[in-house]
Amino acid sequence: MEAGIPIIQLDGRPPVGEGSIINTLMFFPGRCVNCGMCLEVCPHRVFAPGVRRVKMVRSERCMECGACQLNCPANAIQVDSGVGCAMAMIKAALKGNKEVTCGEDCCD
Amino acid sequence: MNGIMTTTSVLSRHDLNDHYSARLGIKRMYHRVASGLYSIGVPDRQSPVFVTANYSLSFDAVRTSLKDMGAYILVLDTKGINVWCAAGKRTFSTDELVNRIELTGLKQVVDHRELVLPQLGAPGISAHEVRRRTGFKVEYGPVRASDIKEYMRTRKATEEMRSVRFPLKDRAVLIPVELKNYLLPIVAIPLILYLIGGWLPMLLAVAAALGGIVLFPLLLPFLPTKDFSSKGLILGLLLSLPFVAYLLMDHGMTWTSVLSAVAYALALSAAVAYIALNFTGATPWTSRTGVKKEIFRYIPAMAFMFFGGIAIVVAINAALYFGVV
Repeated sequence: MEAGIPIIQLDGRPPVGEGSIINTLMFFPGRCVNCGMCLEVCPHRVFAPGVRRVKMVRSERCMECGACQLNCPANAIQVDSGVGCAMAMIKAALKGNKEVTCGEDCCD
Repeated sequence: MNGIMTTTSVLSRHDLNDHYSARLGIKRMYHRVASGLYSIGVPDRQSPVFVTANYSLSFDAVRTSLKDMGAYILVLDTKGINVWCAAGKRTFSTDELVNRIELTGLKQVVDHRELVLPQLGAPGISAHEVRRRTGFKVEYGPVRASDIKEYMRTRKATEEMRSVRFPLKDRAVLIPVELKNYLLPIVAIPLILYLIGGWLPMLLAVAAALGGIVLFPLLLPFLPTKDFSSKGLILGLLLSLPFVAYLLMDHGMTWTSVLSAVAYALALSAAVAYIALNFTGATPWTSRTGVKKEIFRYIPAMAFMFFGGIAIVVAINAALYFGVV
């Protein structure tokens, strides 16, 4: 599956990101425009509303679906999205494919 | 193409049969409806437009939630896959939505420029991108179609409506499909084991299958520990207790019966844990990073336990056969 969007350097400085060690979710509060889209799309309530920008409050709950990254107009979220399915990964490893996801090529 | 199809909020006998066979995993890829634009009730040019997948269970969940409402349903071609999985696969996608808006001539049908999407479609859709390319504002509605009515009243989704849950009913409904997917090994392995070793190994295989496929999903939140493999190991260990008790009571505390009991417990725990690990993809929590870690962490141990258990049993029987003990 494709990697996350590349980190864009703002003002020539590397962005300051928050993340968790157990998944690939990264939040760059400096870029947040407080539009609230991430609050809407996250199925696990990882983000919470804030006064000037949202807060990442439960990053360990992230399942890496990628919804927040795709719907963030400010590029403030980065996550290496993918499907957390052992069956698909084991099948892909056995077949030598890169990755299998749900559908015809899996679970049958 | 501008033909608007019509639908209702009522399920027919045929629809219900389709649901049953989908739930049993029969003709898995053929529970589809035609993609395109549908009208439900008596919509006008201000009526809301709901977007969904062309999996029949998805479409039916939406339309049955629109009772006594005039609306349009825009069905994307997701190859018969539900919204969330299709979004992960990128068939429920920005490109498909933009194309479907064009193909159906939606702009000529309604005066407003708003679409209500299921929240779980978001991993495939970029709302700002859709707006830039079509002028339509994407609004993410609730996770569950059953909350649509309430959502449309307030146009605001509560935290509850925005959160994914995995209650007993949702876990139980997966069991028939899982049983069907594992049908061949479920029948063949106990049969082979019966022919080789009699009813005890056969029962062990049945316990592994029922434990991993039926009990594990049901007991999922009640098993301690966080990851699926260790939950499975615990369940497998519990299921092996009757076998251990039987072996020790029936054959006494001889070293062959103790070793057999250990071997049975090892193999059964590993088998249940492996099936449990494979259930990760059916749940709404697991991340790719987490599952990958779990695979590397537990699969070697499972293999060691499983084949170690088999090796012990084979060794014991060989020793007995050749009269070593």
